[in-house]
Amino acid sequence: MEDRLWNYIDGGCSPAEKSAIETLIATNREWQEKYRELLNIHQLLNASELEAPSMRFTKNVMEEISRYQIAPATRSYINKNVIRGIGAFFLTMILGLLAFVFSQIKWSSGSQSSKSIKLPSVNDIGLGQLNKIDYSKTFNSTWVIGFMLILVVMSWMLLDMYLQQKKRGTTNP
Amino acid sequence: MHTELTDTEIIKRILQGDQAIFATLVQRYQQYVFTLVLRFTDSREDAEEVSQDVFVKAYRSLADFRGDAKFSTWLYTVVRTSCITFLRKKRLDTTSIDNERTALQLENRESGFNANTIEQKSRHAMVNQAIRLLSPDDSQLITLFYKGEQSLEEIGKIMRLEPNTVKVKLHRARNRLREKLEKHFSHELKDLS
Repeated sequence: MEDRLWNYIDGGCSPAEKSAIETLIATNREWQEKYRELLNIHQLLNASELEAPSMRFTKNVMEEISRYQIAPATRSYINKNVIRGIGAFFLTMILGLLAFVFSQIKWSSGSQSSKSIKLPSVNDIGLGQLNKIDYSKTFNSTWVIGFMLILVVMSWMLLDMYLQQKKRGTTNP
Repeated sequence: MHTELTDTEIIKRILQGDQAIFATLVQRYQQYVFTLVLRFTDSREDAEEVSQDVFVKAYRSLADFRGDAKFSTWLYTVVRTSCITFLRKKRLDTTSIDNERTALQLENRESGFNANTIEQKSRHAMVNQAIRLLSPDDSQLITLFYKGEQSLEEIGKIMRLEPNTVKVKLHRARNRLREKLEKHFSHELKDLS
């Protein structure tokens, strides 16, 4: 009842709701009393005054600002290309790491009945030297899982930022 | 003194180098800012200091005001950050006695009213004192809606809330205010009705 009455007092309800509440106020004693009570609070708040600072307030502020200069607008010194460049760097890193992780998966081990897909070996593409490096020390399963988790979190953050930007774009045309 | 100029026109002139005209903005919004700050702080001295800081910060970052929202809306964001900074600093200064003091402050506020020590029994003083008994969020919301002339949408934008959430929060804040008024000012309320 109170929520509906506040909505009515604030003028935020539809014409149909307004008419229904008016009928209730006119016919129902309980609604009538509550309406008077809430209207009284509303009128008190409307009639209340703002607090005033000391008489010297404006003078103090003006004296204070005379020592300062207006800072240049943030948008004037933030270069969007730099931000885009950083974004592109991280995106390339993520894509590169994803490509690496996927290349480590043994696609043929999934099902025995299906024919295994023969992926080109590093020797085929002339990168035989890479075989000599012992990746197992660095890229063990814990490390890969941890990295995958970081990637997932970062992807969610990017998606969240993108959706927020999109939402802001639709609310502020 | 330049009272006929709009906020945007004044800001444009300040950005062109007319520093003195900033006084018009200060005079226009000093009560609004001071009232909002007073909802966060306990003393008028602190509120005055923080309010002054708000206007200095607003002046320094005036170039960032894009004009796509009302100046009062933008100013509120400066008020909020300044108040939070002030409260954090204050909390750091008084970490050891913080909880005790907060509890005592609330107790004193309540007992002060029970003891009927209100000097000014005017309607204005009564409402303002009842608002001060609310939480900072509730009192800010009420001040923004009634005195800041902000719509639910604008309040939602500055508080990063949906307008419907603001509406519900406002209803609850007013209900809590009514409870405070009934508890501490029941006689005055009867006289008014």
